[in-house]
Amino acid sequence: MVERTPILNFLTHVILFLGFVFCVAPFVIVVIAASHNLKDVNDVPMSLLPGSDFWINIKTAWTTADLGPKLFNSFIMSAGVAAGKVIISALTAFSIVYFRYPGRMLIFWLVFITLMLPLEVRIVPTYAVVANVLSPYQTILDLTGLSWLIEKISGVQVSLSLGLLNSYTGLILPLIATATGTFLYRQFFLTVPDELTEAARMDGAGAVRFFIDILLPLSRNNMAALGTIMFLWAWNQYLWPLLITTDQSHATAVTELKQLIPNVGGIPEWNIAMAGTLIVMLPPLVVVVLMQRWFVRGLIATEK
Amino acid sequence: MEKRVTFSRWSIGILFAVPQLILIFTFFYWPAGQAVYWSLTLQQPWGGGNIWVGLDNFRSILSNADYWNSITASLTFAGISTGLAMVIALVLATLTDRQLAGSRLYRVVLIWPYGIAAPALAMAFRFILAPEAGFMAVVNQVWPGFWDPGLDGTDAMASIIVAFSWKYVGYNFIFFLAALQAIPRSLIEAAAMDGSGVIRRFWDIQFPLITPTIFFLLVINITESFQDSFGIVDIMTSGGPANATNLMVYKIYSDGFRGLDYSGAAAQSIILMLLIIVLTIFQFRFIERRVHYR
Repeated sequence: MVERTPILNFLTHVILFLGFVFCVAPFVIVVIAASHNLKDVNDVPMSLLPGSDFWINIKTAWTTADLGPKLFNSFIMSAGVAAGKVIISALTAFSIVYFRYPGRMLIFWLVFITLMLPLEVRIVPTYAVVANVLSPYQTILDLTGLSWLIEKISGVQVSLSLGLLNSYTGLILPLIATATGTFLYRQFFLTVPDELTEAARMDGAGAVRFFIDILLPLSRNNMAALGTIMFLWAWNQYLWPLLITTDQSHATAVTELKQLIPNVGGIPEWNIAMAGTLIVMLPPLVVVVLMQRWFVRGLIATEK
Repeated sequence: MEKRVTFSRWSIGILFAVPQLILIFTFFYWPAGQAVYWSLTLQQPWGGGNIWVGLDNFRSILSNADYWNSITASLTFAGISTGLAMVIALVLATLTDRQLAGSRLYRVVLIWPYGIAAPALAMAFRFILAPEAGFMAVVNQVWPGFWDPGLDGTDAMASIIVAFSWKYVGYNFIFFLAALQAIPRSLIEAAAMDGSGVIRRFWDIQFPLITPTIFFLLVINITESFQDSFGIVDIMTSGGPANATNLMVYKIYSDGFRGLDYSGAAAQSIILMLLIIVLTIFQFRFIERRVHYR
């Protein structure tokens, strides 16, 4: 803008700089606190010059909270959820956009309504379902009398049971269904020119071939954006892994952080706690920094 | 909008939708139905199935002072943190949109907080706001006993609000900046030609044009303050002191899994679900209106 507003420009710089400090300060404090020894970190006020114990603290935090395997679990879970969401929402959107079977709109609305049922409002029953993922089907068989029928005919008592607690499947599967991802693909598929479909059909391609050879390569940008967002989302999940990993072997890095909170009255090992925090917040931060373009695009596209 | 060219094999089309349908049935609709069922029944203490109690569970939680306390805490938290996060983000985004020197840097950095897991940032703020170490300790040295989130409910509430707002400033910033940059430059230039200053232009042109984004973010921030707050509360305060930060989701979790009161937790879930449904419907009605705008 070609106008002279020196005072306002100065204020703009000041406020933006304050905002910058507000955003970055917690990161900086975490890094500095992670580099102090026990005495320095509890000094009031804490010195803002980095100490020399950074690697020792990182190592202690790493072993105390057993972060190696936990980061691995986090990674498996996030990659699994991101991949699952990217694939399953593409499939559903393809079905909704490229076919005209009766009940298509019903499927659209069924997917849409899941937006109103976030995990937080159905934690207890979802936990019960994951403890035996076939229980809904068992109940249906019981209620419809089918299991009685099967027992009469074949003599086999039907009791379906498949527990997913403490497993990667249990961590990943319940988080895969996605309404926002489906809408993102739907919007994109609607912009793909009809001529492409016609040309593909003229060349003898069926629905599956068209989907794999034409539609998926075209939606690479979408996949990158959705994948980035969903990877971060899954990495940052807390409540779900906390519930279903009763056993340490499948806990994720984010849930393990709780182990590092200094006890009231215990030794205030804030340096170790901050080192652990740094390790846990680093992977998503790296993803945000490296994938910023996809991250921003994905956020804005999925929410609209 | 519909496709003109489609494929004719219905069976294949339906097959493509099946995986998602199985997932949402198993992990969304069944548990939601289960929650409704549990909220209307009571599990017998010695086993033997559930007995039908109608709306008794709702009556008992709605007459429980703890529950109302939790609702008040949630609304306080939602109101203040949403207000803070949105106002700060709007100011920063508007100033960044002026594109003075250095604005590229702000565009990159101000987004970072949103990438951080709620429990991790809660941990960082727990240290920063700790009364005996960290930075509030300095204030405590000057005025002893001024700040102690472990004992004072207001301080604890302030802590979780700061932590949550910090994360959502980044999120709101992304959307505000995108909305501001979508405004045609020619509009603003024309206003400048007519002699309106920066602040006048903000109130008369930019602000009205981004009201859809403001409403949208308002709804998202409030819903997220119900959901994303769990990790922050669990790490920073565990709902205490004296239930001052026992937000609704945290209470559902602790009643359901610590107290094993499935029926009570289910009834609370249903109430929260209704709240979120109302907010979502509100949001989509308004998005429809925004489409008319264009």
